[in-house]
Amino acid sequence: MSDFTSNFWPMFIIIIAVGGILGCGLLLWYTSKIKVAGTGGDSTSGHVWDEDLVEMNNPLPRWWVWMFIFTIVFSLIYLALYPGAGSYAGKLGWSSTGQYEQEVATANKALEPLYAKFVAMKSEDLAKNPEARAIGERLFMNNCAQCHGSDAKGSRGFPNLTDSDWLYGGSPEKIHETIAGGRMGMMPPMAAALGTEEDVKNVANYVLSLSGSSHDAARAGLGKEKYAVCGACHGADGKGNQDIGAPNLSDKIWLHGAGEAAIIKRINEGKTNQMPAWEQKFTPAQLQVLVAYVWGLSNK
Amino acid sequence: MQDLNTQSATYDDGVVRQFSIMATVWGVVGMLVGVIIAAQLVWPELNLGLPWTSFGRLRPLHTNAVIFAFGGCALFATSYYVVQRTCQTKLFMPKLASFTFWGWQLVILAAAVSLPLGFTQSKEYAELEWPIDLLIAVVWVSYAIVFFGTIAKRKVKHIYVANWFFGAFILTVALLHIVNSAAIPAGLMKSYSAYAGVQDAMVQWWYGHNAVGFFLTAGFLGMMYYFVPKQAERPVYSYSLSIVHFWALIFTYMWAGPHHLHYTALPDWTQSLGMVFSLVLLAPSWGGMINGMMTLSGAWHKLRTDPVLRFLIVSLSFYGMSTFEGPMMAIKTVNSLSHYTDWTVGHVHSGALGWVGLVSMGALYYMVPRLFGQKQMYSVKAIELHFWLATIGIVLYIAALWISGVMEGLMWRSINADGTLTYTFVESVKAKTPYYIIRLLGGVLYLGGMTIMLWNVIKTATSGKAAVVAIPPVAAHV
Repeated sequence: MSDFTSNFWPMFIIIIAVGGILGCGLLLWYTSKIKVAGTGGDSTSGHVWDEDLVEMNNPLPRWWVWMFIFTIVFSLIYLALYPGAGSYAGKLGWSSTGQYEQEVATANKALEPLYAKFVAMKSEDLAKNPEARAIGERLFMNNCAQCHGSDAKGSRGFPNLTDSDWLYGGSPEKIHETIAGGRMGMMPPMAAALGTEEDVKNVANYVLSLSGSSHDAARAGLGKEKYAVCGACHGADGKGNQDIGAPNLSDKIWLHGAGEAAIIKRINEGKTNQMPAWEQKFTPAQLQVLVAYVWGLSNK
Repeated sequence: MQDLNTQSATYDDGVVRQFSIMATVWGVVGMLVGVIIAAQLVWPELNLGLPWTSFGRLRPLHTNAVIFAFGGCALFATSYYVVQRTCQTKLFMPKLASFTFWGWQLVILAAAVSLPLGFTQSKEYAELEWPIDLLIAVVWVSYAIVFFGTIAKRKVKHIYVANWFFGAFILTVALLHIVNSAAIPAGLMKSYSAYAGVQDAMVQWWYGHNAVGFFLTAGFLGMMYYFVPKQAERPVYSYSLSIVHFWALIFTYMWAGPHHLHYTALPDWTQSLGMVFSLVLLAPSWGGMINGMMTLSGAWHKLRTDPVLRFLIVSLSFYGMSTFEGPMMAIKTVNSLSHYTDWTVGHVHSGALGWVGLVSMGALYYMVPRLFGQKQMYSVKAIELHFWLATIGIVLYIAALWISGVMEGLMWRSINADGTLTYTFVESVKAKTPYYIIRLLGGVLYLGGMTIMLWNVIKTATSGKAAVVAIPPVAAHV
């Protein structure tokens, strides 16, 4: 068992754990035998502190002793049945991982008939099916809304899923790929490749001009040539490249902030933005229903 | 035994007076912060949009203030008071005792400044950064020297049961604090834990649960064992019971930490051991409650007229209730519902407000008039009012969080036929609002009682003067 570095430790644990529990019983037995010499009559121990503090020695309440013994016996039985005594796995072979896996398997089996009718359907049809949409919405609220918002409109750094601007493509197949495998978007810091601080500012203005956003036309003109470096990923026309998740710069959608300052910041610092992979979280049928729901958000 | 003439025959009560007053002051402060953050949970705008006043920074300020400032000062005060009287001797190294007072106040001030500024080791109940941790260690070792030094020079042959508990509390808290706070400094107010991953989590909860077991239980049992028989004027119920529950309690608590980490990356065997020892802990815990309550047998009528005794006895009922609830919540099946919910918060507060709070207040109400040469507190009616405000406050608080905790646990696990969760997280948060308002109300009542107590303590202190108490002759042993 990988929890232990040698055979000594499981033995050590068994001895102090079981020994400790039995020791509690022994203590109980031993204490019930103690006789404290009385001073005759008042049943106190004869010790006096601070003028009037004295102790009686009434016997241990019987119900309490039995409660104590019950917990001791319960503990020993529990340690025989469940993992606890060092590397001994317990008679029942229970483990928390096993319990989890069994619960997931049982739940997934129970879900099968409900989802069976959806498995053969295409995303386009699923998106129109009210029952599938309702399930898809619940899956979305449980798992996706935390980042993309309960209206799916996203926020800074988290893409809006209700428009038609897709970083990695908006077909059902691409959405499936994105949810199942996650995405890791990465733009390196580009300032050094562009040249001086002035060059960065000029290129930023050229980028703004691509979408017709307010910009300094003179600077944009100066930045056009240097933009070629950016064009390697974002395309000569700035329309982006969905194969590598390079955003379209010619629409007015800015995932990490609009305006000259925000663009300069991205050029200087680059950006890494991650969506985790969700494949393990869903059954294949659930994933299919969720993909159709997300696709339907921008394809009404 | 020894020649009584070689010692000056009065107790060192100056440091007890200092700690008693500050316990009351920090009680008001800590509970006020608690009320503020309870209000923030209802109205998040009260975070004020500022980092220093945000819930995440004020919450550790609240826990540190009530546990270590209020609870800590009460423990210092009562242990110094009790150890002298039950050993019938002066404190060992009174200058060092005085250092523990000023050192401890410095720790509290450092916490009050550094936590809102955002300096934290992010370990629950052990948030303070390493320079403050070092100061705590120095103060605590000094405390141990004073306490055990006083025991060593006792004039009474037998060590009174209250001192077993105070002693276990002092020794164990030193061990817990030093092991859990081990860290590698990376700057004046920044450090990294000496442990990694799940081992760090296990060390933290070994500390965390024993902070409850030794700081908040053993220490306060020490308090109980002196002030209950004194106030009731009855003998302690059973010597055998105190032996068995003492040893079983201090042994078993050490194992219970893993129940804070059920169904996590912690190995299954560790979780199981945490669970079974938590169950074994039930009887030893109840042993203390029985011994305290039964001490009253033959004097039950005093509860009707004596509000101080009522504080002490009701605190024991809350102790019994929360030490029953704790083992139940440590069972894996129950824990899978209760974990991460308000039920846990309610459980902690039934112990903190009900047990630790009330027993400290009862002990302070006993000590303060005696420390200032008065027959009783300035206003006995105010004690009565405090008792009812506190009790109603606790009941509102824990009942509200039981309901909201079980409710949110059930909401989180409720599942639709299609395998999705019935409720999103934010729906469970929204559903808790009414219970958060009731909990806030409970907190306000409890704080109101504490504020009345502060007024009463100040009035008692200012209308009397520091009392000089002569050490009585040691009673002859039969």
